[in-house]
Amino acid sequence: MERLLEVKDLKTYFNTDDGLLKAVDGVSFYVDEQEIIGVVGESGCGKTVTQLSVMQLIARPGKIVGGEVIFEGRDILKYKPHGEEMRAIRGGKIAMIFQEPMTSLNPVLTLNQQLSESLMLHLKMNKEDARKRAIELLRLVGIPSPEARIDDYPHQFSGGMRQRVMIAMGLSCNPKILIADEPTTALDVTTQAQLLELMTEMVERFRSSLIIVTHNLGVVARYAKRIYIMYAGKIVEEGTCKEIFKHPRHPYTIGLLNSVPRLDTVGKRLVPIEGLPPNLTNMPDYCAFLPRCPYKTEKCRTSPMPDLRDVPGEGHRVRCYVDIAEVDNVTVK
Amino acid sequence: MLSYIVRRLLWGLVIIWLVTLIVFFVIRLLPGDPLLIYLAQNQDINSMPREQIDALYREYGLDKPILVQYANWVFNLLRGDLGLSITYRQNVGKLMLERLPVTLHVGMTGFIVSLVPGVLVGLIAAMRRASWIDNVVTIISYTGIAIPVFWLAYILIYVFGLRLKWLPIAGYVSPFEDFWLSTKHLIMPVICISLPGIAATARQMRSSVLEIASQDYVRTAWSKGLAEKAVVCRHILKNSLIPIITLLGMRIGFIFGGSVIVENIFAIPGMGRLLVGSIFAQDYVVIQANALIMAVIIILSNLLVDISYGWFDPRIRYD
Ligand SMILES: Nc1ncnc2c1ncn2[C@@H]1O[C@H](COP(=O)(O)OP(=O)(O)OP(=O)(O)O)[C@@H](O)[C@H]1O
Ligand code: SF4
Ligand SMILES: [Mg+2]
Repeated sequence: MERLLEVKDLKTYFNTDDGLLKAVDGVSFYVDEQEIIGVVGESGCGKTVTQLSVMQLIARPGKIVGGEVIFEGRDILKYKPHGEEMRAIRGGKIAMIFQEPMTSLNPVLTLNQQLSESLMLHLKMNKEDARKRAIELLRLVGIPSPEARIDDYPHQFSGGMRQRVMIAMGLSCNPKILIADEPTTALDVTTQAQLLELMTEMVERFRSSLIIVTHNLGVVARYAKRIYIMYAGKIVEEGTCKEIFKHPRHPYTIGLLNSVPRLDTVGKRLVPIEGLPPNLTNMPDYCAFLPRCPYKTEKCRTSPMPDLRDVPGEGHRVRCYVDIAEVDNVTVK
Repeated sequence: MLSYIVRRLLWGLVIIWLVTLIVFFVIRLLPGDPLLIYLAQNQDINSMPREQIDALYREYGLDKPILVQYANWVFNLLRGDLGLSITYRQNVGKLMLERLPVTLHVGMTGFIVSLVPGVLVGLIAAMRRASWIDNVVTIISYTGIAIPVFWLAYILIYVFGLRLKWLPIAGYVSPFEDFWLSTKHLIMPVICISLPGIAATARQMRSSVLEIASQDYVRTAWSKGLAEKAVVCRHILKNSLIPIITLLGMRIGFIFGGSVIVENIFAIPGMGRLLVGSIFAQDYVVIQANALIMAVIIILSNLLVDISYGWFDPRIRYD
């Protein structure tokens, strides 16, 4: 079957004062129709930049220097960032909602103005129809009395409500893919859970695929079919949600799992991963996780950065020399 | 909203009262006597009979103690009487009515001219950041801020008035009399008044646009697939105008300050010219009225600015 979206060997670099910053360095992943995937990694590992690159929304000093983004059979990186074709995809076929609900809506425009403009642009609706549709969308995402509130400004809503508005906005034009970049990070736990529930419900209703970007493995555990673990600009492990949680193979993934509260570890202490992620300028040519890795061997030190290799389990791949299943029987401490 | 306006107007009255107080007493601290200056210019004081001079003092109320003079002035003001000019021997209200429209014509044109190009130039420079356009704008706007108005005025007069003979070098014609000639008279003064404003507005606008362009909601706008024009006009422009509007009130003050210099250089019969003349003649009554009217204009325009602010930024509450 043809993939809906397939990103191949994507590279996005930033030209900073400290040198070349390889924010995304050879990332590949795919999403099928109506599939939910998760992209997980610590802050600064390049999750947002990866997704912005898919949308071709990288601004200077950043530049997409290599790779392909195949959407519906065509490499959309070949389109000009501000050309007609790319703009039709952006917001129309692939929509994105962002990390910061408090700042992602324009403070001087009403909800109606912000929701209608997409509808008028992509679905060629007129003003009245767009308004009606916008009210309907707000009702769908659970904004109370949307007819009365549609002419309100963002500051008149709470963070959770604004993120609901963002979800409505993202789905307004019936996109094939919704990218949710840490949509719940800034919110309290209850609101987080409600929003995740809402989001997955909505993409099902709209028959869209969903990419959930998060630093919290727990967030994607329930909803994602497959998970990609990112570290320092690269995918270090990928596989089905089950595989990742049952048989994590990368020391970083294991570390992430140990730092997430889970039902089967209730009462046990959460162990954060020691050390800090590396500086993405001047990366060493050996494994990027080595300085923090509890499983490192001599080989890791002397060999170049490992490649992603297949391991047992459906679609399970890992970027590590050591077979952790053999070293350590208890995978999750 | 209404109570906000009323409160602001009441504060305005307090400020105006303070202005009357300061102006009234400060000019009286200056050495010299307006009546004597006036008489000396017109006739031989030494041959004038004492009674005649005393009668003049009484006519202008200058024989009374200063506090009484102030009280009289304020009392007359409240009745709408601005007093009698010593030099012009005319009612000051009438004098002002002749000159105020001239100053408003030059000043408002200068104000508008300083705003629109400043905003546009700043916007373009920011959108084409680090291009040659941006560099040219930066250089010109720094120059524009640094050039003294009088110097610019003389250069313009020399080039366009004396050398090329394209524009009249001095004077003023009402636009109702001869619109074209009036506009020709206006060009150089307006350039002089507005150039520093254009330059400053352009700089502010440029940095404001750059800041807004990096906001999250602008990224949201791009992510919707909007064209650059829509992103700029709908999402960036209105937000970046907010800091510009905050400074508009101040700009109006600058324009009227600048008109004093410009009206004198270009011999424009407006309030600024009248003011300088009256200061030399120590014509108390005219100076007082002049300061009063400027204060009223500046206070009212600041109120207007603050009200329009609410239209640009819905987060502002008037309470
Ligand atoms: N405009 C920029 N200029 C320079 N460096 C940038 C820029 N944007 C991102 N980066 C760098 O790229 C790297 C990846 O950033 P990215 O925002 O993708 O991280 P992230 O995984 O989304 O983290 P977070 O969880 O904090 O959102 C970071 O090291 C960041 O410093
Ligand atoms: S390659 Fe070596 S250092 Fe890198 S993660 Fe695997 S075990 Fe650790
Ligand atoms: Mg991010």
